[in-house]
Amino acid sequence: MWATPGKLRAKGIIGMNRRNIRYIGRYNDRSLYPLVDDKLKTKLLAKRHGITTPDLIGTITNQFSVKHVAEMVSGQPGFVVKPAKGSGGKGILVVEHQDAEGYIKPSGHRLHREDLERHVSNILSGLYSLGGSPDVALVESLIAFDDSLSEYTYEGVPDIRVIVFKGYPVMAMMRLSTAASDGKANLHQGAVGVGLDIATGTAVRGVQFDRPRVDHPDTGHDLVSLKVPDWEVLLKLAASCYEMTGLGYLGTDMVLDRRHGPMLLELNARPGLAIQMANGEGLRSRLDLIERQSENGDVDARVAFARHHFARRGELQEAMAS
Amino acid sequence: MSRVPFYLLVGVLLLTGIAVTIYRHVAFEVPWAPGEQRQVWEVEAQVNFIADGGPAKVSLALPSNQQGFRVLTENTASSGFGLSFLDDEEGRRAQWATRDAKGSQQLYYSVQLLVAPEAAPPDIEPPSPAPDISWERPYDTAAEGAISRAYRQSADAFTFARELVRAFSGDRQDENARLLLTQFDRPSLLVRLLNQADIAAREINGLMLEDGRRRQTLTTWIQVFNEEGDWVIINPTNGEQGRPDNLLLWGAGDQAVLEVQGGSDSQVTFSMLQHNEPASVAVRNQLADDTLLNFSIHSLPLEEQSLFKTILLIPIGALVVVLLRVLVGIKTSGTFMPVLIALAFIQTSLFTGLVGFLLVVAVGLVIRSYLSYLNLLLVARVSAVIITVIAIISLFSVVAYRMGLNAGLTITFFPMIILSWTIERMSILWEEEGSKEVLIQGGGSLLTAILAYLAMNNPWIRHITFNFLGVQLILMAFILLLGNYTGYRLLELRRFKPITED
Ligand SMILES: Nc1ncnc2c1ncn2[C@@H]1O[C@H](COP(=O)(O)OP(=O)(O)O)[C@@H](O)[C@H]1O
Ligand SMILES: [Mg+2]
Repeated sequence: MWATPGKLRAKGIIGMNRRNIRYIGRYNDRSLYPLVDDKLKTKLLAKRHGITTPDLIGTITNQFSVKHVAEMVSGQPGFVVKPAKGSGGKGILVVEHQDAEGYIKPSGHRLHREDLERHVSNILSGLYSLGGSPDVALVESLIAFDDSLSEYTYEGVPDIRVIVFKGYPVMAMMRLSTAASDGKANLHQGAVGVGLDIATGTAVRGVQFDRPRVDHPDTGHDLVSLKVPDWEVLLKLAASCYEMTGLGYLGTDMVLDRRHGPMLLELNARPGLAIQMANGEGLRSRLDLIERQSENGDVDARVAFARHHFARRGELQEAMAS
Repeated sequence: MSRVPFYLLVGVLLLTGIAVTIYRHVAFEVPWAPGEQRQVWEVEAQVNFIADGGPAKVSLALPSNQQGFRVLTENTASSGFGLSFLDDEEGRRAQWATRDAKGSQQLYYSVQLLVAPEAAPPDIEPPSPAPDISWERPYDTAAEGAISRAYRQSADAFTFARELVRAFSGDRQDENARLLLTQFDRPSLLVRLLNQADIAAREINGLMLEDGRRRQTLTTWIQVFNEEGDWVIINPTNGEQGRPDNLLLWGAGDQAVLEVQGGSDSQVTFSMLQHNEPASVAVRNQLADDTLLNFSIHSLPLEEQSLFKTILLIPIGALVVVLLRVLVGIKTSGTFMPVLIALAFIQTSLFTGLVGFLLVVAVGLVIRSYLSYLNLLLVARVSAVIITVIAIISLFSVVAYRMGLNAGLTITFFPMIILSWTIERMSILWEEEGSKEVLIQGGGSLLTAILAYLAMNNPWIRHITFNFLGVQLILMAFILLLGNYTGYRLLELRRFKPITED
């Protein structure tokens, strides 16, 4: 039931307190937070740095414009409404397609125009934003995710979380949405996390609700065969977010689009710790190694360094082999 | 980035806090525990005199803080007289004056004294050396004899004084002593002899405190100084050295205890009563000399004091929240909401508070779920929830009262706006993350609130926070230290357990 602190330390696990004080507090300048806490700002910033993000259909900034949301999305096959200052998947509404009567969520659940308007109105009044401050609603086009991943996810776009420390990608996991997570790939809502080998982008180990898992709960597909295509491009994209934001301890959420390849979905100045569970390994030794590096090379050098030093053979494969 | 300044700050806070706290305990006898009783004497002095008709002026020496006693409060009653208090090197005095007084007059002065065994004796100046003392014959030789005999049998001022007094008391009286006593009053004779031997001494007045005594008078004692300026009290009748525990010195210096101008037949008598008071009351009654070190809430009016009693507890609640979040890892809805709920529990008592809280939140959630169909703006919706909460609370109060449950009335102490936001957040949480998360966060908040309540309602903690402001600095230091803790939280030991399994 309980582990001893000594055992966790031996595994190099980082707890919340350490993350907050030692990494976020030390490497993330507070004045930079707005860049990543506001998804609209992140999007514009990424555009300037030539980093691709899902297309922005439009924004809704005041209650008067709420009625126009239906107009705005008409003609879009699928779209996503999200609060600019939301986090943890809160307030994200994924609409897979629409017809004359309304909007259909990935689960098949049908929404009407009023539901959509109410949702947008709630976003504007700050229901999902930190501290309840007034917010802006973003409407994004739906990502058509890479076909190679379709068996691993249920009713939603899987995303790839890469922790970037001082510009080095240190740990990665893929998050697969499930029936429980309602079309969103946020772990505490029930998505499955699959640790990824930094060297190759292949699966290491899986978790759901912080407990080990070898297959997808809804599709039943095993997780071991998972391999992220375009892995190197994706790592470089993630690593370049360091230069873009200046944040030393950063969680990047990437998605793989069928046509555009790896894209940046959003950035996080306070990335969660579940990635350690998904990888079956603590972050500590990797972060220590990076802290010992005196100079930061360019993106390519950093990615090469990380792929060399953080390579792992997946436990899932080992389990299969034996 | 060096952590030295941080630890320095924490160290300074901790040391200052502890020092101020201990200072208050030692210097003002504020006890550590709330239940301690303190002995308090109530002494009343009654001045009687016959006024001549015309202006009259009465001056009465007053007791001051001294070894064994501390003055708490003073009162006077004196119809038709103006009153002023004087405070000079000669000691404190009360002065009554009137333009026109005739016949028998009574003036009252009463004082409450805290028995304070640790109180230090004040510094007292020795009397100025007496002018040359001359005796008439045959007393001069008797005096010489008494002095030289005591001188031989003593080593210093105090032992000399003791020997001298003994030679004048009981069976050890010799010829010289008996001769001198026929002519002189004992205490003044002894002082005179001491002065002749170049020892500073004076008569002082004291009151023997005995519970329930009335119409007592002051007794005379001899205060003897040595070269270093230390002094002792010697009983003039038997030569015993040292102050009896129940001796209250009345007045100081050489002035008379009672001086009356424009009157005759004056006398002062005393009555006294002893009782025990809770230490906190005794502390409150101390005349606050408002120095920075004695910075204390007790100098505020009573109403503000009781307000501060609560305010000073909030850091305790905050500490509980910090402990639970940083060391345990409990999730709460709204960081300090549990502290506010705990404050409400203090007013309502835990059980009523819990029942009330659960009722209000549960009914609120049901009504809120209906409101979510109405498609309202957030501000309007929360306002509607506030009104609902007020309605629920009013309804419960009335129903509880009708059913004879007076405890139900205290439900109005709940912070309604906070409750409304709690309901709003819980209901969103329910829609967004399901009932499980609501139970986790709601349960976490309630658990935190209960623990905060238990801490804040603990009589000992209440006593300490209210009486020792230095404790706030100590709390601050602890909270800063906790804010620097990078170790695991208790619940993380469970969360990360699966990783350690292979
Ligand atoms: N444009 C999109 N198309 C499809 N799914 C999306 C889109 N944007 C977000 N999502 C889904 O919602 C999840 C959370 O989105 P994200 O932008 O990371 O917000 P948050 O800060 O709340 O985590 C993603 O993991 C993804 O599954
Ligand atoms: Mg995200």
